[in-house]
Amino acid sequence: MASVLIPTPLRKLTNDLSEVSAAGANIGEVLANLERAFPGVKERIFDEAGEVRRFILVHVNGEDIRFLDGLNTPVGDKDEVSITPALAGG
Amino acid sequence: MDKSNRPFFSNLKCRECGKLYEKKAIHVCEYDFGPLEAAYDYDAIRTSISRAAIESRPQTMWRYRELLPIDGEPTVGAQVGFTPLVKADRLAAKLGIKSLYIKNDTVNYPTLSFKDRVVSVALSRACELGFKVVACASTGNLANSVAANAAAAGLKSYVLIPADLEQGKVLGSLVYGTNVIGIHGPYDQVNRLCSEIAGKYGWGFVNVNLRPYYAEGSKTMGFEICEQLGWRIPRHTVAPMASGSLLTKIHKAYNEFVKVGIVEETKFSVHGAQATGCAPIAHAMQRGTDIVKPVPKPDTIAKSLAIGTPADGYYAIHAMRQTGGGAEDVTDDEIVDGIKLLAEHAGIFAETAGGVTVACAKKLIASGKIPRDEEAVLCITGHGLKTQEAIAGKCGELRLIKPSLREFEEQIYNPDMAATAAKS
Repeated sequence: MASVLIPTPLRKLTNDLSEVSAAGANIGEVLANLERAFPGVKERIFDEAGEVRRFILVHVNGEDIRFLDGLNTPVGDKDEVSITPALAGG
Repeated sequence: MDKSNRPFFSNLKCRECGKLYEKKAIHVCEYDFGPLEAAYDYDAIRTSISRAAIESRPQTMWRYRELLPIDGEPTVGAQVGFTPLVKADRLAAKLGIKSLYIKNDTVNYPTLSFKDRVVSVALSRACELGFKVVACASTGNLANSVAANAAAAGLKSYVLIPADLEQGKVLGSLVYGTNVIGIHGPYDQVNRLCSEIAGKYGWGFVNVNLRPYYAEGSKTMGFEICEQLGWRIPRHTVAPMASGSLLTKIHKAYNEFVKVGIVEETKFSVHGAQATGCAPIAHAMQRGTDIVKPVPKPDTIAKSLAIGTPADGYYAIHAMRQTGGGAEDVTDDEIVDGIKLLAEHAGIFAETAGGVTVACAKKLIASGKIPRDEEAVLCITGHGLKTQEAIAGKCGELRLIKPSLREFEEQIYNPDMAATAAKS
């Protein structure tokens, strides 16, 4: 299973875990499984239209999924998925 | 300063949903990940602040203390700010505009860029919150400022930068004894790593978990411009955009000065400047959308502006559009020309970001977006000594002679006089 880095604002939903494991062949599946394990995560990550919220970035092994295949981006067992707030830096 | 003990700075507030948070080291809303921003009690501020009160205070950015988000007196960077606003008549003539001013943050104290403004606020707040280690993700200038101000305050610091920055910016951090960590990858990767580190360790990252405090420091550039113009808002302001934060905060500063009764409400426009090799905000503006398409591999000599995923891009676009401003982008050659234009016509040596601002202003004037019979202020944010590589070999050559008057006459004076005569 891929490891998923959980940002601080979501940790109340993950029992304060900063890193969790989640199964799934692509990002969409990994996030769906994350929701099953930690209900409430989904509505924080996705907006009403089902898109990843404007202020959230999702990376697989350091690559922004917007430059890959979005939610269809494949995820391997040893991959690291990172969910981070877009609002940093500059 | 607050005689009634009613705090001017009350909360952090989500810019998207308005939910209020305590004034801690947090920067995003738990519900929608929207940015948290400092919220003030403007009614209380209105009764405390006045032009006379501000004028009676030392000439630093802290003269606008009521509108900055710390609880006590500033403990870091108390001398920062109040840089010159220079009326640049020769540059105005060259660019073909009636009136032009340079807000000259190339001489900001202590590290020669506008970043000292944001760091002063962030580190003063970091001390109030009890941080012992401070850090940042930086394209260079911020690293210099965090390193210097942390050293002066006795805080341990880590600065994380892309590995390929200019030598001047790397040395300009190392000298202060900070920990400089070069990351193999563009700034946006540095940024993501810093978000992950900030989430894991109890460090105060000035532009991550301290970002709501940090970002407010940029407002002081706008406050100073108004005061130095004789307490009024300039008709046009041009600012460089990396994350888009500076432009957004200058817009906020002008609005806040109106709100607390310091300046009259007058029409103003804010315009944004980017390098073509990394222009996600300018390109979104030009396409007429507010969806900022990230740039995976920025490629420009304006490394300080090379942020492919600009955090405040969305808000910068709205600030520009709402005020009737425009956005331009310029190539590396145009950036070098911009640096030279400013140096040769205003005597100010700016880094590449300054070249971007001047070159974009030139385009905005040429296109009529900034009408020729109006006035503009250009925000010049960092010193040229920091990015010397960018202009090496592009602004003339050293002429070598022996210490001999004859050689001087033969090789310098006589040919130069002949050339001058031929021109006139």
